[in-house]
Amino acid sequence: MSIAWYLAVSAIVFTLGAIGVIARRNPLVILLCLELMLNGANLALIAFSRLWGNGDGQILALVVMTVAACEVCIGLGMIVAIHRRRLPIDVDELRELQG
Amino acid sequence: MSAVLFFGAGAGAIAGAIGVVLLRDPFYSVLALVGHLVCLAVLFLLLRAEFVAAVQVVVYAGAVMVLYVFVVAYVGGEGDRFELGQLSERVRSHGFPSSRMRIGGAVLGGALMIELLIAMLGTGLHGIGGHGAGYSPGPRTFGTPAYIGKLLLTRFLVAFEVASFLLLIAAVGAVVLARRRGGLEGEEAGEALAPLGLAPPREAGTMAEGVGPALAAAPRHAEALPAPAAGAPGGPRRKPLP
Repeated sequence: MSIAWYLAVSAIVFTLGAIGVIARRNPLVILLCLELMLNGANLALIAFSRLWGNGDGQILALVVMTVAACEVCIGLGMIVAIHRRRLPIDVDELRELQG
Repeated sequence: MSAVLFFGAGAGAIAGAIGVVLLRDPFYSVLALVGHLVCLAVLFLLLRAEFVAAVQVVVYAGAVMVLYVFVVAYVGGEGDRFELGQLSERVRSHGFPSSRMRIGGAVLGGALMIELLIAMLGTGLHGIGGHGAGYSPGPRTFGTPAYIGKLLLTRFLVAFEVASFLLLIAAVGAVVLARRRGGLEGEEAGEALAPLGLAPPREAGTMAEGVGPALAAAPRHAEALPAPAAGAPGGPRRKPLP
Protein backbone atom coordinates (compact mmCIF):
# COMPACT_ATOMS: atom_id res chain seq x y z
CA MET A 1 0.00 0.00 0.00
CA SER A 2 1.26 3.47 -0.73
CA ILE A 3 2.07 5.80 2.13
CA ALA A 4 -0.82 8.10 1.19
CA TRP A 5 -3.37 5.56 2.46
CA TYR A 6 -1.77 5.50 5.89
CA LEU A 7 -1.78 9.28 6.01
CA ALA A 8 -5.48 9.30 5.12
CA VAL A 9 -6.25 6.88 7.97
CA SER A 10 -4.19 9.02 10.33
CA ALA A 11 -6.10 12.16 9.31
CA ILE A 12 -9.46 10.41 9.83
CA VAL A 13 -8.48 9.12 13.27
CA PHE A 14 -7.18 12.53 14.33
CA THR A 15 -10.39 14.18 13.13
CA LEU A 16 -12.58 11.71 14.99
CA GLY A 17 -10.60 12.39 18.15
CA ALA A 18 -11.02 16.14 17.68
CA ILE A 19 -14.79 15.75 17.20
CA GLY A 20 -14.95 13.71 20.39
CA VAL A 21 -13.00 16.31 22.36
CA ILE A 22 -15.38 19.02 21.17
CA ALA A 23 -18.69 17.17 21.49
CA ARG A 24 -18.40 14.86 24.48
CA ARG A 25 -18.81 16.11 28.05
CA ASN A 26 -17.51 13.28 30.19
CA PRO A 27 -13.86 14.07 30.98
CA LEU A 28 -12.99 10.37 30.83
CA VAL A 29 -14.20 10.17 27.24
CA ILE A 30 -12.43 13.44 26.46
CA LEU A 31 -9.17 11.86 27.63
CA LEU A 32 -9.88 8.83 25.45
CA CYS A 33 -10.44 11.12 22.47
CA LEU A 34 -7.16 12.89 23.23
CA GLU A 35 -5.54 9.46 23.00
CA LEU A 36 -7.14 9.08 19.58
CA MET A 37 -5.64 12.36 18.42
CA LEU A 38 -2.19 11.38 19.69
CA ASN A 39 -2.51 8.03 17.93
CA GLY A 40 -3.43 9.70 14.67
CA ALA A 41 -0.29 11.80 14.99
CA ASN A 42 1.73 8.68 15.79
CA LEU A 43 0.50 6.91 12.67
CA ALA A 44 1.49 9.89 10.54
CA LEU A 45 4.92 9.99 12.19
CA ILE A 46 5.56 6.33 11.53
CA ALA A 47 4.28 6.60 7.96
CA PHE A 48 6.70 9.44 7.29
CA SER A 49 9.46 7.49 8.99
CA ARG A 50 8.81 4.65 6.55
CA LEU A 51 8.65 7.11 3.68
CA TRP A 52 12.19 8.36 4.31
CA GLY A 53 13.58 5.08 5.62
CA ASN A 54 14.74 6.94 8.72
CA GLY A 55 14.19 6.00 12.36
CA ASP A 56 13.73 9.52 13.72
CA GLY A 57 9.96 9.41 13.29
CA GLN A 58 9.74 6.19 15.28
CA ILE A 59 11.72 7.75 18.14
CA LEU A 60 9.39 10.73 18.09
CA ALA A 61 6.41 8.33 18.17
CA LEU A 62 7.88 6.66 21.25
CA VAL A 63 8.28 10.06 22.91
CA VAL A 64 4.66 10.88 22.02
CA MET A 65 3.62 7.61 23.69
CA THR A 66 5.53 8.65 26.82
CA VAL A 67 3.81 12.01 26.85
CA ALA A 68 0.46 10.29 26.37
CA ALA A 69 1.13 8.03 29.34
CA CYS A 70 1.98 11.06 31.49
CA GLU A 71 -1.16 12.84 30.32
CA VAL A 72 -3.30 9.80 31.18
CA CYS A 73 -1.66 9.59 34.59
CA ILE A 74 -2.33 13.22 35.47
CA GLY A 75 -5.78 13.34 33.85
CA LEU A 76 -7.03 10.24 35.62
CA GLY A 77 -5.58 11.53 38.89
CA MET A 78 -7.55 14.74 38.41
CA ILE A 79 -10.74 12.79 37.63
CA VAL A 80 -10.30 10.70 40.77
CA ALA A 81 -9.73 13.88 42.80
CA ILE A 82 -12.90 15.42 41.31
CA HIS A 83 -14.83 12.27 42.18
CA ARG A 84 -13.49 12.35 45.75
CA ARG A 85 -14.83 15.87 46.22
CA ARG A 86 -18.29 14.70 45.08
CA LEU A 87 -18.27 17.09 42.15
CA PRO A 88 -20.10 16.05 38.96
CA ILE A 89 -17.97 14.29 36.34
CA ASP A 90 -19.04 16.67 33.60
CA VAL A 91 -16.98 19.40 31.97
CA ASP A 92 -20.01 21.67 31.57
CA GLU A 93 -20.64 21.62 35.29
CA LEU A 94 -17.05 22.23 36.37
CA ARG A 95 -17.12 25.97 35.72
CA GLU A 96 -15.71 27.41 38.89
CA LEU A 97 -12.74 28.97 37.14
CA GLN A 98 -15.07 30.53 34.58
CA GLY A 99 -16.72 32.72 37.22
CA MET B 1 -1.72 -9.71 1.27
CA SER B 2 -0.51 -6.42 2.68
CA ALA B 3 -3.46 -4.65 1.06
CA VAL B 4 -5.92 -7.01 2.74
CA LEU B 5 -4.21 -6.50 6.08
CA PHE B 6 -4.13 -2.76 5.59
CA PHE B 7 -7.81 -2.44 4.76
CA GLY B 8 -8.82 -4.75 7.59
CA ALA B 9 -6.70 -2.99 10.18
CA GLY B 10 -7.50 0.48 8.86
CA ALA B 11 -11.25 -0.21 8.93
CA GLY B 12 -10.85 -1.63 12.43
CA ALA B 13 -8.94 1.45 13.58
CA ILE B 14 -11.51 3.85 12.16
CA ALA B 15 -14.41 1.78 13.56
CA GLY B 16 -12.73 1.76 16.97
CA ALA B 17 -12.30 5.53 16.83
CA ILE B 18 -15.97 6.00 15.89
CA GLY B 19 -16.93 3.73 18.77
CA VAL B 20 -14.87 5.76 21.22
CA VAL B 21 -16.61 8.94 20.15
CA LEU B 22 -20.16 7.64 19.90
CA LEU B 23 -20.68 5.02 22.62
CA ARG B 24 -22.52 6.30 25.67
CA ASP B 25 -20.98 4.10 28.34
CA PRO B 26 -17.34 5.08 29.05
CA PHE B 27 -16.50 1.44 29.67
CA TYR B 28 -17.44 0.50 26.11
CA SER B 29 -15.48 3.51 24.89
CA VAL B 30 -12.39 2.11 26.61
CA LEU B 31 -12.95 -1.30 25.02
CA ALA B 32 -13.34 0.34 21.60
CA LEU B 33 -10.08 2.18 22.19
CA VAL B 34 -8.33 -1.11 22.97
CA GLY B 35 -9.53 -2.52 19.64
CA HIS B 36 -8.41 0.66 17.91
CA LEU B 37 -4.94 0.42 19.44
CA VAL B 38 -4.49 -3.20 18.39
CA CYS B 39 -5.52 -2.38 14.82
CA LEU B 40 -3.11 0.55 14.87
CA ALA B 41 -0.34 -1.79 15.98
CA VAL B 42 -1.04 -3.93 12.89
CA LEU B 43 -0.68 -0.79 10.76
CA PHE B 44 2.64 -0.05 12.49
CA LEU B 45 3.81 -3.56 11.65
CA LEU B 46 2.87 -2.99 8.02
CA LEU B 47 5.00 0.15 8.14
CA ARG B 48 7.97 -1.91 9.41
CA ALA B 49 7.92 -0.34 12.86
CA GLU B 50 8.14 -3.61 14.76
CA PHE B 51 9.40 -2.24 18.06
CA VAL B 52 6.86 0.59 18.16
CA ALA B 53 4.08 -1.90 17.41
CA ALA B 54 5.16 -4.11 20.29
CA VAL B 55 5.35 -1.11 22.61
CA GLN B 56 1.93 -0.01 21.42
CA VAL B 57 0.35 -3.35 22.32
CA VAL B 58 2.20 -3.90 25.59
CA VAL B 59 2.24 -0.39 27.03
CA TYR B 60 -0.80 1.23 25.48
CA ALA B 61 -3.34 -1.53 25.01
CA GLY B 62 -2.03 -3.29 28.10
CA ALA B 63 -0.98 -0.94 30.87
CA VAL B 64 -2.61 2.39 30.06
CA MET B 65 -5.96 0.83 29.21
CA VAL B 66 -5.96 -1.15 32.46
CA LEU B 67 -5.52 2.18 34.25
CA TYR B 68 -8.50 3.52 32.33
CA VAL B 69 -10.63 0.49 33.16
CA PHE B 70 -9.86 0.89 36.85
CA VAL B 71 -10.81 4.56 36.85
CA VAL B 72 -13.98 3.91 34.85
CA ALA B 73 -14.95 1.22 37.33
CA TYR B 74 -14.30 3.65 40.17
CA VAL B 75 -15.95 6.72 38.66
CA GLY B 76 -17.59 6.05 35.34
CA GLY B 77 -20.98 4.56 36.10
CA GLU B 78 -22.05 7.41 38.29
CA GLY B 79 -20.83 10.01 35.83
CA ASP B 80 -22.76 8.36 33.03
CA ARG B 81 -26.01 8.18 34.94
CA PHE B 82 -25.55 11.78 35.91
CA GLU B 83 -25.00 12.80 32.32
CA LEU B 84 -28.08 10.96 31.05
CA GLY B 85 -30.45 12.34 33.66
CA GLN B 86 -29.11 15.82 33.31
CA LEU B 87 -29.25 15.86 29.54
CA SER B 88 -32.95 15.07 29.40
CA GLU B 89 -33.66 17.56 32.18
CA ARG B 90 -31.82 20.30 30.38
CA VAL B 91 -33.45 19.66 27.04
CA ARG B 92 -36.86 19.79 28.68
CA SER B 93 -36.29 22.91 30.77
CA HIS B 94 -34.61 25.43 28.52
CA GLY B 95 -33.51 23.59 25.42
CA PHE B 96 -29.82 23.34 26.15
CA PRO B 97 -28.00 23.48 22.83
CA SER B 98 -26.22 20.17 23.19
CA SER B 99 -27.34 19.04 19.75
CA ARG B 100 -26.14 22.33 18.33
CA MET B 101 -22.82 21.68 20.04
CA ARG B 102 -22.67 18.26 18.41
CA ILE B 103 -23.41 19.67 14.96
CA GLY B 104 -20.83 22.39 15.50
CA GLY B 105 -18.30 19.77 16.53
CA ALA B 106 -19.03 17.68 13.46
CA VAL B 107 -18.73 20.70 11.15
CA LEU B 108 -15.46 21.75 12.76
CA GLY B 109 -14.20 18.18 12.52
CA GLY B 110 -15.09 17.96 8.85
CA ALA B 111 -13.27 21.20 8.13
CA LEU B 112 -10.27 19.93 10.09
CA MET B 113 -10.22 16.68 8.15
CA ILE B 114 -10.34 18.41 4.78
CA GLU B 115 -7.55 20.70 5.89
CA LEU B 116 -5.44 17.79 7.13
CA LEU B 117 -5.96 15.78 3.95
CA ILE B 118 -4.98 18.77 1.84
CA ALA B 119 -1.94 19.39 4.02
CA MET B 120 -0.71 15.79 4.01
CA LEU B 121 -1.75 14.44 0.64
CA GLY B 122 -1.57 17.62 -1.40
CA THR B 123 2.07 18.31 -0.69
CA GLY B 124 3.23 17.19 -4.07
CA LEU B 125 5.81 14.87 -2.56
CA HIS B 126 6.32 12.08 -5.05
CA GLY B 127 7.28 9.62 -2.34
CA ILE B 128 3.82 9.77 -0.76
CA GLY B 129 2.39 7.85 -3.69
CA GLY B 130 5.09 5.19 -3.38
CA HIS B 131 5.87 2.47 -0.92
CA GLY B 132 8.62 4.28 0.94
CA ALA B 133 12.33 3.79 1.06
CA GLY B 134 14.01 0.49 0.31
CA TYR B 135 13.84 -2.18 2.96
CA SER B 136 15.83 -5.36 3.41
CA PRO B 137 14.97 -7.67 6.29
CA GLY B 138 17.67 -8.40 8.79
CA PRO B 139 18.47 -8.42 12.51
CA ARG B 140 19.57 -4.77 12.72
CA THR B 141 17.55 -3.16 10.00
CA PHE B 142 15.08 -0.30 10.18
CA GLY B 143 12.54 -0.60 12.99
CA THR B 144 13.99 -3.51 14.95
CA PRO B 145 14.68 -3.15 18.68
CA ALA B 146 18.42 -3.05 18.06
CA TYR B 147 18.04 -0.14 15.64
CA ILE B 148 15.70 1.81 17.94
CA GLY B 149 17.88 1.15 20.96
CA LYS B 150 20.99 2.34 19.19
CA LEU B 151 19.23 5.53 18.10
CA LEU B 152 17.83 6.13 21.59
CA LEU B 153 21.21 5.79 23.25
CA THR B 154 23.23 7.76 20.72
CA ARG B 155 21.48 10.47 18.74
CA PHE B 156 18.41 10.85 20.93
CA LEU B 157 19.96 10.38 24.34
CA VAL B 158 18.78 13.75 25.60
CA ALA B 159 15.20 13.12 24.46
CA PHE B 160 15.30 9.71 26.12
CA GLU B 161 16.45 11.14 29.45
CA VAL B 162 13.96 14.00 29.29
CA ALA B 163 11.15 11.50 28.62
CA SER B 164 12.15 9.42 31.61
CA PHE B 165 12.26 12.53 33.79
CA LEU B 166 8.82 13.50 32.50
CA LEU B 167 7.51 10.09 33.53
CA LEU B 168 8.94 10.61 37.02
CA ILE B 169 7.26 14.02 37.28
CA ALA B 170 3.94 12.55 36.13
CA ALA B 171 4.12 9.74 38.67
CA VAL B 172 4.81 12.18 41.50
CA GLY B 173 2.06 14.47 40.24
CA ALA B 174 -0.48 11.65 40.09
CA VAL B 175 0.32 10.62 43.65
CA VAL B 176 -0.05 14.22 44.85
CA LEU B 177 -3.33 14.66 42.96
CA ALA B 178 -5.01 11.44 44.02
CA ARG B 179 -3.91 11.10 47.63
CA ARG B 180 -6.42 11.54 50.41
CA ARG B 181 -6.12 14.82 52.22
CA GLY B 182 -8.04 17.09 54.52
CA GLY B 183 -8.97 20.71 54.01
CA LEU B 184 -11.56 21.54 51.41
CA GLU B 185 -12.20 17.93 50.56
CA GLY B 186 -13.53 17.11 54.03
CA GLU B 187 -15.69 20.23 54.01
CA GLU B 188 -17.14 19.38 50.64
CA ALA B 189 -17.81 15.81 51.64
CA GLY B 190 -19.67 16.99 54.72
CA GLU B 191 -21.68 19.44 52.64
CA ALA B 192 -22.58 16.87 50.00
CA LEU B 193 -23.55 14.24 52.53
CA ALA B 194 -25.55 16.59 54.75
CA PRO B 195 -28.90 16.13 52.89
CA LEU B 196 -28.80 12.47 53.76
CA GLY B 197 -28.11 13.24 57.42
CA LEU B 198 -25.10 10.97 57.37
CA ALA B 199 -21.65 11.48 58.71
CA PRO B 200 -19.02 10.84 56.03
CA PRO B 201 -17.79 7.27 56.08
CA ARG B 202 -14.40 6.79 57.65
CA GLU B 203 -12.63 5.87 54.45
CA ALA B 204 -13.99 8.77 52.40
CA GLY B 205 -11.01 11.05 52.94
CA THR B 206 -12.11 13.20 55.84
CA MET B 207 -10.05 15.95 57.41
CA ALA B 208 -9.55 13.87 60.52
CA GLU B 209 -8.02 11.18 58.37
CA GLY B 210 -5.82 13.71 56.59
CA VAL B 211 -4.31 15.41 59.66
CA GLY B 212 -3.91 12.32 61.80
CA PRO B 213 -5.26 11.12 65.11
CA ALA B 214 -4.67 14.41 66.98
CA LEU B 215 -7.82 16.04 65.59
CA ALA B 216 -9.86 12.89 65.16
CA ALA B 217 -11.76 13.65 68.35
CA ALA B 218 -12.98 17.03 67.02
CA PRO B 219 -16.70 17.24 66.08
CA ARG B 220 -17.64 16.13 62.59
CA HIS B 221 -18.83 18.57 59.96
CA ALA B 222 -22.07 16.80 59.31
CA GLU B 223 -23.30 17.39 62.83
CA ALA B 224 -22.46 21.09 62.81
CA LEU B 225 -24.18 21.87 59.52
CA PRO B 226 -27.71 23.31 59.38
CA ALA B 227 -30.65 21.37 58.07
CA PRO B 228 -30.50 20.54 54.36
CA ALA B 229 -32.09 22.95 51.93
CA ALA B 230 -35.59 21.97 50.87
CA GLY B 231 -36.07 20.71 47.36
CA ALA B 232 -32.42 19.98 46.77
CA PRO B 233 -32.22 16.94 44.51
CA GLY B 234 -30.25 14.00 45.70
CA GLY B 235 -27.02 12.95 44.18
CA PRO B 236 -23.72 14.71 43.79
CA ARG B 237 -25.17 18.02 42.65
CA ARG B 238 -23.50 21.23 43.69
CA LYS B 239 -25.50 24.09 45.11
CA PRO B 240 -25.87 26.98 42.64
CA LEU B 241 -23.57 29.87 43.25
CA PRO B 242 -25.15 33.13 44.43
